[in-house]
Amino acid sequence: MATTTMTPPGAIPNYLTYQGRFRGILGWLLSVDHKRIGVLYLWSIVIFFLTGVALGVLMRLEMLTPKETIMSATQYNALFTLHGVIMIFLVIIPSIPAVFGNFFLPLQIGARDVFFPRLNLLSWYCFMGGGVVAIVALFTGNGFPDTGWTFYMPYAAETSTNVVLGLTGAFIIGFSSILTGLNFITTVHRMRAPGMTWRRMPLFVWSLYATSWIMLISTPILGITLLLVIVERLTGLPIFDAAQGGDPLLYQHLFWIYSHPAVYIMILPAMGVVSDIVPTFARRNIFGYNFIAASSLAIAGLGSLVWGHHMFTTGISMTSKIVFSFLTFVVAIPSAIKVFNWVATLYKGSIHLEVPLFYVMMFIFLFLIGGLTGVLQASLGADAHVHDTYFVVAHFHYVMFGSTMMAFFAACHYWFPKMFGRMYHRGTALAAALIFFVGFNGLYFTMFILGYIGQSRRYFEYTDTPAFQNLHVMATVGSWILATGVVLMFANLIGSLWFGKRSSANPWEAPTLEWQTASPPPFENFETIPTVTHHAYYFPGNRQA
Amino acid sequence: MSEEMDTQNNSGAATLPHAEHYDPEGIKIGMWLFLITELMTFGGLFILYAMQSYTYRADFLAASGSELSRAMGAFNTVVLLTSSLTMALSINAILQGARKRSMVLLGITIACALIFFGVKYFEWTAKFHHGVYPGSEHWVNELNNGTRTFFTLYFSMTGLHGVHLFIGLCLLIWCLVRIQKGQITPERHMMLENCGLFWHLIDLVWIFLFPLFYLIA
Repeated sequence: MATTTMTPPGAIPNYLTYQGRFRGILGWLLSVDHKRIGVLYLWSIVIFFLTGVALGVLMRLEMLTPKETIMSATQYNALFTLHGVIMIFLVIIPSIPAVFGNFFLPLQIGARDVFFPRLNLLSWYCFMGGGVVAIVALFTGNGFPDTGWTFYMPYAAETSTNVVLGLTGAFIIGFSSILTGLNFITTVHRMRAPGMTWRRMPLFVWSLYATSWIMLISTPILGITLLLVIVERLTGLPIFDAAQGGDPLLYQHLFWIYSHPAVYIMILPAMGVVSDIVPTFARRNIFGYNFIAASSLAIAGLGSLVWGHHMFTTGISMTSKIVFSFLTFVVAIPSAIKVFNWVATLYKGSIHLEVPLFYVMMFIFLFLIGGLTGVLQASLGADAHVHDTYFVVAHFHYVMFGSTMMAFFAACHYWFPKMFGRMYHRGTALAAALIFFVGFNGLYFTMFILGYIGQSRRYFEYTDTPAFQNLHVMATVGSWILATGVVLMFANLIGSLWFGKRSSANPWEAPTLEWQTASPPPFENFETIPTVTHHAYYFPGNRQA
Repeated sequence: MSEEMDTQNNSGAATLPHAEHYDPEGIKIGMWLFLITELMTFGGLFILYAMQSYTYRADFLAASGSELSRAMGAFNTVVLLTSSLTMALSINAILQGARKRSMVLLGITIACALIFFGVKYFEWTAKFHHGVYPGSEHWVNELNNGTRTFFTLYFSMTGLHGVHLFIGLCLLIWCLVRIQKGQITPERHMMLENCGLFWHLIDLVWIFLFPLFYLIA
C-alpha cells in the first residue's frame, strides 16, 4: 500500500531468508517472528493431521468386517482416543488460529508482529511439549488412555492405562491455546495500523478476535477439570467419585463448559477464512459485513451457554434440558446469517473460480449438512434416538473435518503464494479437492445412515448386526478415497514449495492488507506501516456502498 | 536465490529490526486477560463448591465448624491483606524512584507469603494427624460423603491457591532481584506492576475461600 522509496523494493530480506541472531534450524526454533512461528505450527499440524488421518483409516479398516480382524477391543479404544486427542487438541483447535492467525493477523491489521512475540514462541513450545507428553503416554506404562478423548469419569479414574500422562499432555497444550488467545486480543486492541478502525478490519481478524475470547475464557475450565482428574488419580481425593460423595456428572458439566465452546474455537476461524476468500473471488465487498462480524461475537457468546446438549441422556433435569435445547437452536441463527451473507456476496459477483473459492464452496455445502444435522440433534426427542451413534460421529466430522479442515485447506491454497512466494499446480489442487469431496461424503454420509439405523459409536466389531456390513464397506472405501485426496493435496502443496512457479505479490487481486506487501512478506512485514483509508474489501473501480 | 539474498541480508540486517515497540498499556491489558483465565480456573472449582455445598449443606456446615480453626484462617487473611498493601506500596515507591523503600516493602510482602505458608503447613498437617486424608481409616470408616466432599474441595481449592501463592512468591523474589540490579525502574516498572496484579488476585481468591471454608458454620 503505502511504501516509501527510501530503500529499493525487495531490499529488506523476506522472512524466510532473513538472518537473525541464529542460523539454520535454530533460526526457526528460536525465532520470535510471527510468520516463522506460523510456519512452525503449519508443519507440526500437518504432521499431526496426517497421523490422525492414518489412525482414522485404520479404525475404518477394522470395521470393514463384522468380526475382530486387525486389532483387539482395547487397541481399538486406545486408537479412537488417540485419534480424538490428536485431531481435537493438536490439529483442529490450533489449526487456523495458530497457523494462519499467527501469520496473517499482524499482516492484516498492518502490524510488524503480535504484541507478545516471545509468548508466541512459548505457545508453540507448549503445543509441542504437550504433544510429546502425549506420545510418551503412548509408549510407556499400560499404553495410551482408552477413555475416548472426553476422559469421562469415573472410568478415567479406574482404567489402568496412562491417563495421567495423556491428561498432562492436553493440559500443557491448553496453555498454548490461552497464550495465543491472549496475544491476539492484545494485538488487535493495541497494534492496528493508523486508519484500521474496528469496522475496517478483515472478517478473518474479527473471527480470530471472537475465537481468542473463547480460548481465553473456556480453556482454563478444561485445564482445571483435567487437573482435578489427575489429582483424583494421584491422591485419591474423591472429586468425581460417586461412591465417596463426588459427582461424575459434574465432570461432564465442567468438561463441556470448555469443550462445547471449543467447537466454536474450531469453526469460527474457519468462517473467517471463508469471509475473506469469498469477496476476493467475487470481486466485490462482502455482503453484510456488520452482521458477519457481530455474528462471530454472538456465536462466541451463545456458544458458551449450550454445553448441556452433550448431556441430554445423562439424567439432568427437564428444565435444564429445555433451556439447553432452546439455546442450541438459537446458536444456529448467527451461523445461518453467515452462510446467507456468503451466498449473497457471490450473487451478482464477478466470480473467479480459482482453487480457494472451489474449496470454500465445498465448505459451504458440507457445513450446511453438518449444521442442519446439528439442529436435528438439538431437539430432545431426536437426540435420544441418535445419541452415541454414528449419526453423531458423522455430524461432528461434517462440522470439524468437512468444514473446519476444509477451510484450513482453503486457507492453505489461498495464502500459499503469499507465505512461500510460489504457486501450486492448479489442476492437481482441483483434482485433490474433488477426490477428497467424494471420499468424504462416501465415508461420513454413510455414517449418518448407519447411525440412524442403530450403529453405536466406539464399537470395534458388529457381529450382532452383520446386515450393516454393506454400509460399513462403503464407509471404509470412502475413507480410502478421502485419504488419497488428502495425500494428493499435500503432495501438491509440499512439492510446490520447491517446484512451484514464482508468484507475484497479489496473484488473486485480493483487497486486504497482507497482499499489499511482497510475497513472501519481508521481515517485519512492512517497510513503513501503511495508513488505511478503506474498508477491508474495497475494490477500486467497483461501484460500492 | 540464496546468493542474491545473502547479500541483501547483510544490507538488510543493518537497518533492521525496527525500533522496539514499548507499550505499557498493552502489557497491562495482556496481564488482565491472563487474570481472566485465572478467574475462570478458580471459577471451575467454585462451581464444584456451589453444587456440592447445595447437595451436602448440613455436612459442610458441620465439617467447617469442627475441623477448621477460624483463628488460623483469620490470621492468614490478615497476613495476605497486609501483603497486598505492602505490594501496592512497593509499586508506588518504585514509581517515585525510591528503590530502597520499594525493596523493603517487597521484602515484607515476601515475608507475609512465607508466614501464610507456615500457617497453612500447620493446618494441613493437623488434618493429616486427625486422619483427614483419602485412604486413612478415619476417612474410609468414619467420615460420611458430605464431609469427605468438603475436605476434598478444601484440599483442592486451598491447594491450587497455595500453588498460585508459590508461583507468586517466586515472581516477587525475581522482582526483588531485578530491582536490586536496576532493571525495574520508574520508566520500566511493568513487571513489578503485573506481578502486583497477580498478587492481588491471589489475595482476592483467598478472600472468597476464607468464608466458604472457615465461616459458614
